[in-house]
Order: sequence, then structure tokens, then C-alpha cells
Amino acid sequence: MSTGPELHVLAVDDSLVDRAIISRLLRSSKYQVTTVDSGKRALEVLSLEREVHMIITDYCMPEMTGYELLKRVKETAELREIPVVIMSSENSPARIRRCLEEGAEEFLIKPVRPSDVSRLCSLLLPTVAMTMAMR
Amino acid sequence: MDYSNLRRQAASMKRGLFDQGYLDEQFRQVEDLQDEASPNFVEEVVVLFFKDSAKLMSNLEQALEKYPRDFNRWDAYMQQLKGSCSSIGASRMKIECLSFRDNCGQGNVEGCMGSLQKLKREHALLRQKLESYFQLLRQAGPAGAATRPVM
Repeated sequence: MSTGPELHVLAVDDSLVDRAIISRLLRSSKYQVTTVDSGKRALEVLSLEREVHMIITDYCMPEMTGYELLKRVKETAELREIPVVIMSSENSPARIRRCLEEGAEEFLIKPVRPSDVSRLCSLLLPTVAMTMAMR
Repeated sequence: MDYSNLRRQAASMKRGLFDQGYLDEQFRQVEDLQDEASPNFVEEVVVLFFKDSAKLMSNLEQALEKYPRDFNRWDAYMQQLKGSCSSIGASRMKIECLSFRDNCGQGNVEGCMGSLQKLKREHALLRQKLESYFQLLRQAGPAGAATRPVM
């Protein structure tokens, strides 16, 4: 029995250590993962043929913050349906509010726990899978 | 070779690292990600952490010299470093990162220099202790390396 197309998550973080951890977290939940170290590279991946089903991004990154990446995604017709999750080590209510208002699905406080990731994947990705199945 | 004894020693060493505050709960979260598919995950991440943090500290040291009293810049470097320490559960290092950031906030140059020196010491200490720990795990045999030692 086919389990359907594999879900592909794009993880964006300028920290080497955090990329290794988030990547392992997502792979252990059986998702395909692409990790990049900047918003600019994230946009490059998003412009490719291969579909991305969820974006999980760090907030604090040089050049383009996670918030700026979020805005770019939500402003782009082909990308705006992709759920975006923001991660940050700063627990700032103003920052959280701003991201959620801009369309982020969730805001996770770092260090991110495996339970956080599996919770949001089970929250967001079945909807994606269902949408794909209906096409 | 008494593997169970070596595993006990490794477990005891690890307990000590937690008791003495070198590591916190986040380290256990990272350990939980290790399994048969990724049997060396923890050590790989730890090695990555020490390389990365050494580079960040070196960049910061250069910035302290090249950009005197540029507390915003110094703080930005330290924020990155603190993030990595948090992610791996390097608790004592994280405390020194926080101390450095406090000193930045107060515009205290000597305080910053002092914190950085302490941070470098903690970095070296933790590196040495974790290297010993992983070496012991390796000696304890494949079972010891592939699964989390019993605490």
C-alpha cells in the first residue's frame, strides 16, 4: 500500500549545530529534509521544481531574518500556502505576535525539543498530505 | 575485557558531568536522537559544536580587538555562541555567555574580557571531559557506543 508522496521539509538555520539537530529531529519523523544556512538559500530551494511542504526557520540570521523570509514566502503566490514555523531563543511576546500576524503557523522557543517538532509535524503535515491527495 | 564495568564507568562519568553542572537536560534531548540508524549522532554533534564554538570564540576575540567598545557587535557574536551552547546542553559555558552579554549591556570592557577568558576555560574543560567520556564509551564496545548507557 502506498503511503503517498514523501513530505519534504525545508529547515533554515545559520547555526551548524542547530541544523544538525533539527535535521535529525525531522528525519527521525521520516520526513525528507533539506537544510540551508540562510534565507537567501531557502528562497533558491523554494524556486526549484521540488515541492516543499513545510518551512521551519530560525529567526535570528544575518542578512535575512526568519521574519523577512516568512514575509517573502507569504507575499509570493506560489509559496504562500506553505506552512512556516519560526524558531527563536528569545522569548519575546512582540516578536512572537509579529510572526504570527505575518502568517507563521507556530513559534518555537529554542532549544527545540523533539516533542515540539513531532507535535507540529503531526499538526501541519497531515493537512498538507490530505490537500495533496485531493489534487 | 569487562564491558559492563566500562559502561558503568561511562554512566558514572556522565552523571558527574550533570551533577557538576557541565551539562543540562538538553544534552539528554540530543542523546534521545541517537539510535541504530544514527549510532554516533551525539558524538558527531558534540564534535561539530566544539569546532563551531572555537571558531566563534576566535571571531569574537578578533572583534574585541578590531572593534573596540562595539558592544552590539560583540553581543551579536556571543548570542550565536550562547545559542549553540543551549542546543547542546553546555550549561557552564552558557552561564559564561550570559555573563559576557551582561557585561556588554553594562558597557564593561574588562568584564567582557574576563568572561571570554572564563568561557575559553570552560570550553577546554568540557571538551576534555566529553572526549574522555566518548573514548570510554568506545572502549565499552559496540553495545556501549550504539545505545545510551544506563544511568
